[in-house]
Amino acid sequence: MSTEHHDPTSSRIGAQSELGTLATLRRGLELSPELRRGLLVTVVLAVVATLGRVIIPFVVQQVTDNGILASGGPDIAFVARAIGGAAVVVALTSVAQYFVNVRLFTSAESGLATLRMTAFRHIHDLSVLTQSTERRGSLVSRVTSDVDTISMFVQFGGLMLLISTAQIMLATVLMLVYSPLLALVVYLCFVPLVFLIRRFQPMLGRAYGVVRERVGDLLGAVSESIVGAVTIRAYGVEERTAERIDKAIEEHRAAAIRAQVRSVMAFVSGQAFAGLTTAVVLVVGTVLATRGDLSLGQLLAFLFLVNLFTQPVLMATEILNEMQNAVAGWRRVIGVVDTQADVSDPGAEGVHQERGPITVDFEDVSYAYPDGPTVLEEVTLRLEPHTRVAVVGETGSGKTTLAKLLTRLMDPSGGRVLLDGVDLRDIAFASLRRRVVLVPQEGFLFDEDLAENIRFGRPEASDDDLALAVTELGLDAWVDGLPHGLATRVGQRGESLSAGERQLVAIARAYLADPDLLVLDEATSAVDPSTEVRVQRALEGLTRGRTSVAIAHRLSTAEAADLVVVVDRGRVVELGRHADLVGRGGVYSRMHASWSSQQGSDVVAP
Amino acid sequence: MSVVSAPVPRQPATRAVLRRGLRVIWGGIRVERRPFALAVVGSVLWAAATVGTAGAIGWLTDAVIEPAVGRRSVSAADLWAIFGLLALVLAVNVVGVILRRVYATVAGFNLQARYRRGVTRQYLRLPLAWHHRHPSGQLLSNAHADVEATWQVFNPLPMAIGVIFMLLIAGGMMILVDPFLAFIGLLVFPGLFAANLVFQRAMSPRITRAQELRAEVAQVAHESFEAALVVKSMGREDEEADRFRTRTLELRDSLVEVGRTRGTFEPVIEAIPTLGTLAVLGVGTWQVAQGDLDAAQVVQMAYLFSILAFPVRALGWVLAEIPRSVVGYDRVQHVLTARGGLEFGEGRARRDGGPAASRLDGVTYRHEGEEEPALHAVDLVVPAGSTTALVGPTGSGKSTLTNLALRLVDVEGGAVTLDGADVRDLGKGEIPAVATLVPQQTFLFDDTVRNNVTLGADASDESVWAALRVAQAEGFVRALPGGLDAMIGERGGMLSGGQRQRVALARAVWRRPRLLVLDDATSAVDPSVEQAILAGLREASDGMTVLVVAYRMATITLADQVVYLEHGRVLDRGTHAELVDRCRGYADLVHAYAREAAERAAVERSEEEAR
Ligand SMILES: Nc1ncnc2c1ncn2[C@@H]1O[C@H](COP(=O)(O)OP(=O)(O)O)[C@@H](O)[C@H]1O
Ligand SMILES: Nc1ncnc2c1ncn2[C@@H]1O[C@H](COP(=O)(O)OP(=O)(O)O)[C@@H](O)[C@H]1O
Ligand SMILES: [Mg+2]
Ligand SMILES: [Mg+2]
Repeated sequence: MSTEHHDPTSSRIGAQSELGTLATLRRGLELSPELRRGLLVTVVLAVVATLGRVIIPFVVQQVTDNGILASGGPDIAFVARAIGGAAVVVALTSVAQYFVNVRLFTSAESGLATLRMTAFRHIHDLSVLTQSTERRGSLVSRVTSDVDTISMFVQFGGLMLLISTAQIMLATVLMLVYSPLLALVVYLCFVPLVFLIRRFQPMLGRAYGVVRERVGDLLGAVSESIVGAVTIRAYGVEERTAERIDKAIEEHRAAAIRAQVRSVMAFVSGQAFAGLTTAVVLVVGTVLATRGDLSLGQLLAFLFLVNLFTQPVLMATEILNEMQNAVAGWRRVIGVVDTQADVSDPGAEGVHQERGPITVDFEDVSYAYPDGPTVLEEVTLRLEPHTRVAVVGETGSGKTTLAKLLTRLMDPSGGRVLLDGVDLRDIAFASLRRRVVLVPQEGFLFDEDLAENIRFGRPEASDDDLALAVTELGLDAWVDGLPHGLATRVGQRGESLSAGERQLVAIARAYLADPDLLVLDEATSAVDPSTEVRVQRALEGLTRGRTSVAIAHRLSTAEAADLVVVVDRGRVVELGRHADLVGRGGVYSRMHASWSSQQGSDVVAP
Repeated sequence: MSVVSAPVPRQPATRAVLRRGLRVIWGGIRVERRPFALAVVGSVLWAAATVGTAGAIGWLTDAVIEPAVGRRSVSAADLWAIFGLLALVLAVNVVGVILRRVYATVAGFNLQARYRRGVTRQYLRLPLAWHHRHPSGQLLSNAHADVEATWQVFNPLPMAIGVIFMLLIAGGMMILVDPFLAFIGLLVFPGLFAANLVFQRAMSPRITRAQELRAEVAQVAHESFEAALVVKSMGREDEEADRFRTRTLELRDSLVEVGRTRGTFEPVIEAIPTLGTLAVLGVGTWQVAQGDLDAAQVVQMAYLFSILAFPVRALGWVLAEIPRSVVGYDRVQHVLTARGGLEFGEGRARRDGGPAASRLDGVTYRHEGEEEPALHAVDLVVPAGSTTALVGPTGSGKSTLTNLALRLVDVEGGAVTLDGADVRDLGKGEIPAVATLVPQQTFLFDDTVRNNVTLGADASDESVWAALRVAQAEGFVRALPGGLDAMIGERGGMLSGGQRQRVALARAVWRRPRLLVLDDATSAVDPSVEQAILAGLREASDGMTVLVVAYRMATITLADQVVYLEHGRVLDRGTHAELVDRCRGYADLVHAYAREAAERAAVERSEEEAR
């Protein structure tokens, strides 16, 4: 079976997508289709609300001109009618505005929720290596504050931009009707502004982009100080840590102010142009009026139109600024969403394998971490069904790397890994993760109770299944000794348990998952020897009939294994049973000698 | 699955929100006096220029343009006057806006930075027990989103103050025109105030919920990303996505509710001044008909009102931000006012370079929220210069004991001493200066190898290499691109587990502590490397007292004294040989592997014989 496999070099999480503003907006809308849903009705309502707002000053004008200042004294009946009418318009406007607001909030928040969920899910779909190119705290910002940044713009900005554009066009038409010449003057005055905005926009975009990155750094630094609390206290390095955080805080502050100052400058230049336009129009208009081309009334009316024109222009520059802020947030989120998942699920096209005894083949497998030297070289290996395999070797020799390739947390740079003859890359994750489970060196527990943590291995497991698993692993005495048994909460990251206890829970979890191939990567390194031996025996009994791969420094595991794989500097140097290897005088016999010398001679055989 | 939600006490949604909000704002103003004052000056300039623009155009029309049109000729001087006056007003306006906006931003972000420093300082100061109670994601949210929520109000604030200034001018002018009509018009303000009270009351609980949910979303994300390896290796991405979805959708609903409340409030705030204008017009017309007022006065009054319509909205924005600000402030305050950091004495630890003596007398310790103590009346004497091994089954309290010895936590009963001084009497930073712990859980910073070893202190390359050599880390560090200056990734993710442990060991060794506490610090290291490390340590440990938690015989047999712990009690102490003889639990523990091997051999033999 040969399928196209893409380039195995791992990708980094894009700090920001490289998309331009428009492309970012387009991609953003694509990712949050809710933003467009029902937009037509909202626009209609918004137009109603805007018209209402334009009508009111007009009515006031009418009331004063034709009511109060009516030639035959105040026309009370007219005023009453006009005010009554205006009150109705105010009510309608308010209602329309209310619906606009609610509809916008709903679509914006729904769209952003979708975006958060898409990004979150995609982060989990990225390979472990890609994930580790960014600090966890910073990753969190991609689904929280980066998304929040977008909300202001999508709530009001987009719509206001549309309405402003409409208003600008309306004002333009009216100005042309009143005085094409003055309209030309207005446009000439605004041409430089267009160029200025075009220059400012990318600058602003970059400035806001920097702010988003600083937020990520800030959260990364804070998160480090929280997770490393014990080490920081034990070494009394609070001050240095505080300095690191302060640096991040200060850089964020400076970046935020810098971006904001640029946005103020962009806004103010708009305002300056608007003011200058009024002045120029008044000057030119006065000249025209003295020539008799224009009446004074017309000139003043035209000034009103200029105002009608500049207001939305100012609003638009403001929104464009806000848009750059949103785009910066969007770029970060899109940066992560569009990062290619290099270890990807073949999905529906993938092979779904039957459960049962499993054979693993490594064929000329090599691996190098990105930009690193080769850490596994041409490993060829066959693990038969029903065997217990022990992988031993010095630290840093490549054992964990081997385990990660075996469980497809990473793809080899060269060669392939086969499960029952099928390339791992062709097996659907649903099937692969069911069949193959890794218990990593540092297991992670959730801030839940014990039962929930163990159940993580198989969410559908019943309470009886759970209890049975705990008993079979010989952990029942320990669990019963806990104040609330299986309902004991383990605290964040499981920190209310001792390190060894955490490992026991991680093993129970994997055990409950009941895979065909269980890979234990130093999974009992913090557990005391008696407990370890007990758990190991239990596992042995249980893994009979499946394949298990255990990485351990305690060679008791190797002694009991059907096959010992000795890894040294990225190569498999020896392969065989303990009994065969121990006397061979190679790496393994040296390791074993060193191990057994540690066990002391005062052993009392039972 | 559920997330323990923020244990931030909720303030009852009282009428006091506005008052409290103003107090928060006032507090901020006092801290950032200068930028705020500049912003207000800017705002006043802006307000004056805004009112001035209309006045200037009116004046120019009357004094320059109308006569010129009448004359049918205009002089260059007239045109310059028109342009000059408007440009002047514009200049004032622009300067005002720049001052207002820039300094409002500066004040707001300065406050944010200041509070972030305060909050993170607390994170560093508060005891470990406090950290256990508070999910990391929530703490992240406190430091970022809540601080931001508190001080965001400073963006619209100066403008609102400018608006108040405008209102005062306009109100004064109105009263000058006609007190009765002004009274009718100014009724608008009690109206606005009432609307605002209703709004604040409706908004506060919703905003509180939204900020809580924000923290919960951050919490789920943070936990889930930290668990990424486990999630992936068990194929639980879908379940995690569901967990995140639940919170995200709740947050969405809550934000939509916030939006609905705001969306109701805004049109009302906007409508009230307009209705006021209409009322003034109506009453005014009636008064004109009665002959009490002349028409021009009413028109002027209506004009004054109409220029206020937009600025009043700005006031509305500030009012709308207030509940968020108060909620953010409460959440931040919850961190800032948390008590219970360790209290330090004045004492100084001896720094003569000789080994330190550590002692626990009748120490009892209970983890927060637990009924059973993790340690019961533990006595332990670690004489200066000795090596003491602490042995015991998983969960027997060894790590707890090491934490107590270095005063990472305080005893509940009994006392811990260092060189005879109660550790609680020593000054801050004294213990870390002489005693070092290598915790069971390795923690490395996202930094270079060098900085991870020295933790930022000045050091010669040679001393760093020497420490790495003792920890058997020299070889692989030399192979790293960049050597000592190689970045090792978040939590040292670019190293293998055993390499991480060795860097952590080097960090301890480099400090040449007088008391070195190793909590199972070589668990991920293979036996031969472990032996080399131990040999190196022995050489380097002249003048060092060592307390080591260990399971491996090689380590234990190096010890002068072995202390055996079970269920938080010291069951026995003595030399290895003595304990093997008289302590059953101990013998079982240390011989587990050998017995296992022997049994296995026996089984194999009997299987062969059977064949
Ligand atoms: N994420 C990573 N990036 C770069 N190099 C790595 C990474 N993880 C491990 N390495 C390197 O790969 C080599 C093998 O590591 P590993 O497989 O973890 O060893 P071990 O046999 O101790 O489990 C080590 O030299 C280590 O420094
Ligand atoms: N933060 C905590 N909160 C509650 N219980 C804890 C906490 N840390 C440890 N424990 C419990 O205290 C006991 C001793 O833990 P520990 O000292 O870590 O054991 P070990 O001997 O394995 O190092 C264990 O039963 C553990 O579950
Ligand atoms: Mg490893
Ligand atoms: Mg421990």
